[in-house]
Amino acid sequence: MAGFLLRRLANYAVLVVLAASLAYVLAACALNPRANLMDRSPRPSAAVVDAELTRLNLNDRTPLPRRYLTWADGVLHGDFGHTWEGESVNGEMWRRAWVSLRLLLGGAVLGGVFGVLLGAYAAVRRDRFPDRAATYGAYLLLSVPVFVLAVLLQYAAERVNAMTGTQLFAWVGESTPGAGDGTFGGLDALADRARHLLLPTLTIAFGQAALYARYQRGLMLDVLGADFVRTARAKGLTRRAALLKHGLRTALIPMTTYFSYTFGMLLLGSMFTEKIFGWHGMGEWLVDSISRGDVNVVAATACFAAVTVLLAGVFSDVLYGILDPRVRTRTR
Amino acid sequence: MNPRGIGTNVLEVQDLAVTYRPDVRAVRGVSFSVGRGQVLGVVGESGSGKTAVALAVLGLLPDRTEVTGSVRLRGRELLGLSDGEMSRIRGKDLAMVFQDPLSSLTPVHAVGDQIAEAIRIHSGATRGAARARAVELLDLVGIPDAARRARAHPHEFSGGMRQRVMIAMAVANDPLAIVADEPTTALDVTLQAQVLDVLRTAGEAAGAAILMITHDLGMVAGFADRVLVMYAGRAVESGQVEDIYRRPRMPYTIGLLRSLPRLDDAGGRPVPIDGAPPQLNALPPGCPFAPRCPIAVGACWDDEPEMLPVGRPGHAAACLNTPATRDPDAVFPLTPTELLPPIGEDDAARARTSREAVLDVKDLHRFHVEQRNSFGRGKGLLRAVDGVSFDIRAGETLGLVGESGCGKTTVLMEILAMARPRNGGRIEILGEDSAGLDGAGRKALRRNVQVVFQDPFSSLDPRMRVAAILAEPLRTHAFPSEHIPDRVQELLKLVGLEPSHANRHPYGLSGGQRQRVAIARALALEPSLVLLDEPVAALDVSVQAGVIDLLEELRARLGLAYLFVAHDLAVVRRVADRIAVMHRGRIVEIGDVEHVYEDPAHPYTCALLDAVPIPDPVLERKRGRVRLPDVPPDAPRLETGCLFRQRCPRYLALSEASRALCDREDPVSRSIDGEPDRMVACHYALGVST
Repeated sequence: MAGFLLRRLANYAVLVVLAASLAYVLAACALNPRANLMDRSPRPSAAVVDAELTRLNLNDRTPLPRRYLTWADGVLHGDFGHTWEGESVNGEMWRRAWVSLRLLLGGAVLGGVFGVLLGAYAAVRRDRFPDRAATYGAYLLLSVPVFVLAVLLQYAAERVNAMTGTQLFAWVGESTPGAGDGTFGGLDALADRARHLLLPTLTIAFGQAALYARYQRGLMLDVLGADFVRTARAKGLTRRAALLKHGLRTALIPMTTYFSYTFGMLLLGSMFTEKIFGWHGMGEWLVDSISRGDVNVVAATACFAAVTVLLAGVFSDVLYGILDPRVRTRTR
Repeated sequence: MNPRGIGTNVLEVQDLAVTYRPDVRAVRGVSFSVGRGQVLGVVGESGSGKTAVALAVLGLLPDRTEVTGSVRLRGRELLGLSDGEMSRIRGKDLAMVFQDPLSSLTPVHAVGDQIAEAIRIHSGATRGAARARAVELLDLVGIPDAARRARAHPHEFSGGMRQRVMIAMAVANDPLAIVADEPTTALDVTLQAQVLDVLRTAGEAAGAAILMITHDLGMVAGFADRVLVMYAGRAVESGQVEDIYRRPRMPYTIGLLRSLPRLDDAGGRPVPIDGAPPQLNALPPGCPFAPRCPIAVGACWDDEPEMLPVGRPGHAAACLNTPATRDPDAVFPLTPTELLPPIGEDDAARARTSREAVLDVKDLHRFHVEQRNSFGRGKGLLRAVDGVSFDIRAGETLGLVGESGCGKTTVLMEILAMARPRNGGRIEILGEDSAGLDGAGRKALRRNVQVVFQDPFSSLDPRMRVAAILAEPLRTHAFPSEHIPDRVQELLKLVGLEPSHANRHPYGLSGGQRQRVAIARALALEPSLVLLDEPVAALDVSVQAGVIDLLEELRARLGLAYLFVAHDLAVVRRVADRIAVMHRGRIVEIGDVEHVYEDPAHPYTCALLDAVPIPDPVLERKRGRVRLPDVPPDAPRLETGCLFRQRCPRYLALSEASRALCDREDPVSRSIDGEPDRMVACHYALGVST
């Protein structure tokens, strides 16, 4: 198994290098940081702009291969260069990656678990009210854009806050400044962070749950009439126990791949949620830096995305091996 | 009342009726009872409602299925119990063995755990105790090295072993009754008898009543004490097994028995029952069998007959015209096709070798690179076809038989590919070497070589009408389009279908009719060689005989040659002139059907023939059988010496010194007894002394 994973890892690594390089070349060709610099007031002289661009390895008068090599050399040494403002990309990237992770982990896991259960339940109650309700609900959530959903949730949260007279939900940023200064110190700060997490987590969980529910429903339908579920019932398991222990357990296996990859993509794709709730994560960074023409940041986020997909792939391989004995090494 | 005088009725079913939504009346009032230690065989064709009976007894029918009547286990009414209450009975007092062992075990749990689960649900035993008991049970059902295998997963077991696991699971809690739904249908014939033995032994150990549901009259003959025959959701005949087989009184039972091809040649030539079973959602009044019945009288169309006692005590039949069934042989007379000569007269007179060879396969090989695990390690070479040679002469049928996985279908596919064999060998079709064919040559040759597949339900495009299906090969090969409609009608007539069938879709036809369409399609271009891949295996017994008759008639009339791939040796005996027996990619014996069946020389042929059940309870119980051991898929594969010796009964009987030859040398095919066309690959084909 270890050997297999190493080989897979090597394949993935090649893909990451390709993806990151393409992203850099594309960003370097398409974005125009010079224009941004020229627009500053007071308008800097051409020589100053040139010097500044060269320092950041953004100068479009340097041949692209040379810029690429400079960048690649830096990346190989663990240095993603500097942002447009001249700060180190590395530090900012790590900070923002953690922000994104904090924001998404809860929502993705919650959405995954809830979606799987809902999908399985809908399959069992096929064509009856619970199934119809789940289907309509899922389609509704999938067809509503995230920002509409988020705004609706904010509106609902506001009503709840007003009705209960508390600040149960908070939805701007990660924490309220000064929350940790109260009598309970750190505990207060933690509770404050949790309150800030509630709404964005729900937003993400809803969207994810709708997707998972659809997939899981289809997978579950395949095993509902499976002979081994009937065998389990013939052994004396109730219908529900047979469906959970034998049916869902088997129908869950293909979901692992889906879950890993979706989470890997989500890390970068949650720009709407981040923007709306004022979290300064990876998605927001990517959008902002594209509009600023910040080539190094765009390349770094692309690199980050490629690596997360790689990790998701490895993770799903491992998970698959754990869940499905048929792919484990056979004893011979 | 019961023959062994043991116990009273354990399982009693009264007036059971099952209606699937919306109005398919699958079972319409069936009553029977099974005593302790007794075996009741429920026999019927597809759509007779036999599986619905089994599922109704266990309470496993789909939701919203209407079930009425009464099912009592030791006097306790089971119908109407909630799922929770039923789950305390299922697996404990009432166990079930299902048809397909390949899909009946959960793929992700170890088999030991799955058996242990059945124990723990009902007894509350500790995990360790249940596991230990599971190992004991695996040992009981004859799984070697049970302690180690209990930790293996289902995919590491062969089909026969999985069915043993199912039986172990069924008897885990010493049930009062076991319902077995076609427990051997998905297994090779060599394993059927063994699995039945296991079921019998395990059932006896638990003292259980067994309800054996099957379509296979041969299998049930040696196994059941009583038999109940079902047709269109009703019991039409029931009685002691000897009465049913020796003195059947319902025309349907008689027809079923008459339509069975038999190895022992008793009862003469199989005769089909014409027509098809009725649709269960729109039953006309009267006896549902009347439209197919050769002795139906006017009253048969008025009311459905009740089960009435007939003949000896305990024997009952639902037939108005029982006086006419006193002599069963008179009910289904032989059809005139009997009179057709087997081959053209000239051909019959000439020696085999002087006839033209339509197919000549020489030393054919086909290997598969086998990934032993999905992580890409431990690649092995699976020798699916390993040096196969045979030829088929004009107007002759070669039966190719063997267990599943022996490579017979791969041979067929290699021939159909019409290309240079990838791993060596030479295929000559109608004198043309397949290696030298280009695209145009291949297409031209395909006109002359056609194929009929096993499952007519999936080999016909469901969206095409029969006429279009038959016209397609004609169009592909530039048959003049103005003649196509006539040719389609001609073909329909040729295979015994009505002109009106041309406008139907495949789903509007019965299984037998579909297979006739498949045959008509194969014959559209007047080929000289037809490859038949299990052409009757998916069909009900009563229509099998009709399709076989058709194939024989067509061969005689059109001078066809057949390569007939099958696993059913009784069918092959009826159809084939010559037979080739395959084992692990090789032909171990080939020769004239008469010679091979009368005097098989290879121990594998002997074992295959031995395993075929005879539909006669008296003869069947008298037979002593040679059992072929099942080789699990993870057993080390033999690479040297005779590849059959692991399972060979003859090898076991040899002395240590004589065995050395089998261990050391791979036997080559050689002719025996001066018969040039009879080849056997066994060192001891003529006995041990040589």
